[in-house]
Amino acid sequence: MASSLTNEAVASPVGIEAAEREESLVRKERPVIQDPEALERSHRRNVMWWRIAVGMLLIVGWEVFTTIGWMDSYYWSSPSMILQTAWVQALKGNLLGDILYTSGSTILGFVLGTLGGAILGLTFWWSRKYAEVCEPYLVILNAMPKLALAPVLVILFGIGFTSKVALAIAMTVIVGAISAYSGVKSVDADMEKLMYSLGAKRWQVFTKVVIPWSIPWIISSLRINIALALAGAIVGEFIASREGIGRMILYAGTILDINLVWVGVVVLSILSMIMYGGVVLLERKLMKEFNK
Amino acid sequence: MANKVEVIGVSKYFMRNGKEIVAMQDTSLFIEEGRFVSIIGPSGCGKSTLFNIIAGLMPPSTGKVMADGQNIVGKTGYVGYMLQKDMLLPWRTILDNIILGMEIRGVPKKEATARALPLMEKYGLKGFENHYPKELSGGMRQRAALLRTILYDRDIILLDEPFGALDAQTRLMMQNWLLQIWEDFRKTVLFVTHDIDEAIYLSDDIYVFSARPGRIKAKITVPMARPRTQSDMTSPEFTELKQRLLDLLSEEVRIAEASERIS
Repeated sequence: MASSLTNEAVASPVGIEAAEREESLVRKERPVIQDPEALERSHRRNVMWWRIAVGMLLIVGWEVFTTIGWMDSYYWSSPSMILQTAWVQALKGNLLGDILYTSGSTILGFVLGTLGGAILGLTFWWSRKYAEVCEPYLVILNAMPKLALAPVLVILFGIGFTSKVALAIAMTVIVGAISAYSGVKSVDADMEKLMYSLGAKRWQVFTKVVIPWSIPWIISSLRINIALALAGAIVGEFIASREGIGRMILYAGTILDINLVWVGVVVLSILSMIMYGGVVLLERKLMKEFNK
Repeated sequence: MANKVEVIGVSKYFMRNGKEIVAMQDTSLFIEEGRFVSIIGPSGCGKSTLFNIIAGLMPPSTGKVMADGQNIVGKTGYVGYMLQKDMLLPWRTILDNIILGMEIRGVPKKEATARALPLMEKYGLKGFENHYPKELSGGMRQRAALLRTILYDRDIILLDEPFGALDAQTRLMMQNWLLQIWEDFRKTVLFVTHDIDEAIYLSDDIYVFSARPGRIKAKITVPMARPRTQSDMTSPEFTELKQRLLDLLSEEVRIAEASERIS
C-alpha cells in the first residue's frame, strides 16, 4: 500500500509529461482514409486507357508492317486501304444497303427465334410428360449444327430475305427454348403451392408466377442468340443471295478483291459489337423491370 | 359453439423406397369457430401433411375434412394458408403481393388496393407499399405475407411455422402483432410450431402430435385469460403448462429418434 503511494507520487509528473507528448504526436498525424471506391475508379480508368492503347498499337502496327513489307499487303490489306475501299464502296457500291439487309435479317431472326423459343420453353410447364418426351429431341437439335441446314432452307424459302431470317431463327430458337425451360424447371414448388392455396387456376399460376420467374433465364439467352443470329444470316448470304455483307464478302473473294473482303470483315465486327451492345442495354432494361 | 373445422379420421400413407410410410394415422380434430389452435410435435409428425390436406392441396388416404358443414377434401381456396417462407413474389411490390389473393379471386385492383392500404397502415407496413420484398427485413416480409393471407378473407387460416426463420426478438414482436390481428379479425387459426412458448402464449388449444405415425397424443386447453401480455410468459400457470408439454414432447422425441435408429 505504502509503496504504491510513493510510486504514484513519483510517477505522476512524468506521466503528465508523457501524456502531453503523446497527445501532440497524435494531433500531428493525419488520418488515412481508406477509399476503395476511388481506388476502383482509378483502376477502371487505368484499364480503359490500356485497352485503348493496345487497340491503337494493333492498328498502327498493322499499318506500319504492311507498308514496310513485313506483312504482305495483298493478303492482309491495311487499315488505310480498308477505310478507303469502304468509302468507295459506300459511295459507289451498296455498302449501306448491304448493312441494312444483313442487320435486318439478323434482328428479325433474333427476335422471332428467341421469342418463339421462349414460348416453346414456357409451354413445357403445362405438362411434365410432354416436357420430358420432348427433352431429348431438344438436346439433339441443340447439338446439331444448324448451319448445315442452310442449303435446305435456301431451297425451301428462296434466295431472298426470308431464307436468311429462317436460318437466323433456326440458330436461335433452340437456345431460347432451352433457356426458358431451365427457368420453368426452377420455379419454386412452394410458390406454386401458395398460388393454388389462394385458389389460383393453372393459367393464373402460369401468368403470375411461371412467366415472370422464367424471364431472367430467357434474358440470359439474348447475348448468345444475337451472335448466333448474325452467323445464321451471313451463312445464308454465303449460300445464295443478292444482297448483304455476307454476299459482298463472297463476291469480293471470288474476284480476289481482298481489300473488299476485309471491309466486310470489319463491317461485320462493328455490326456485331453494336448489336451486342444493344442487347446488353435491352438486357439491363429488362432485368430492371423483371428482376426486382 | 359450432365446430368450424372438423378433421375426421384422416390418415395419409405414402410409398417410399417400396415401403409403406404412415405419415398420419386416424387423426381427428374438432375446432370451434374463432379459436386459436396450435399443433406441436416432433419433426416429421405429419403436421405439414395435415395442413396440405386441409388446404385441399393433397388428398387424404382415409377420412374427410369438413368446414362449415361441407366436405372440403381436394378443394383449394377454402382456407388461407401461410408457409414458413414468406413466398412473396420478388417482382411485385409489397402492395401488389398483399392483394395477390384478391387479384386471383377477380377483385378489381382499385377495390383491392382500397382494402389493403388501411390494413397496411394499421399493421405497421405503411410507407412500404411500393417497396420490393428484398428491400424489407424478414419480420416485415412475414407481416406482408400474413396480411396477404388475412386479406384473402377466409374464415380459417393455416399458419405453418410462420415465425420459424426469425430471430428471437423479432419473433416476440411478431407474436404480439399476430395476437393483435387475431383479436381484430377473430379468424379461426391453426398454427404449427416447434416452439412451446409460442404455442402457449398464442393459443386457446394445443394439440400435441406423436412421432411418426403422426396422431394426436393430447389436447390441452390453455387456461390463461386474454388479452395476454409478455408478463404472462413468466407466470406460474405458464411455467406449469410448459413443463407438461415438455414432458409430453420429450417422450415423443425419444420415440422418434429410436425409430430412426431402427430404420
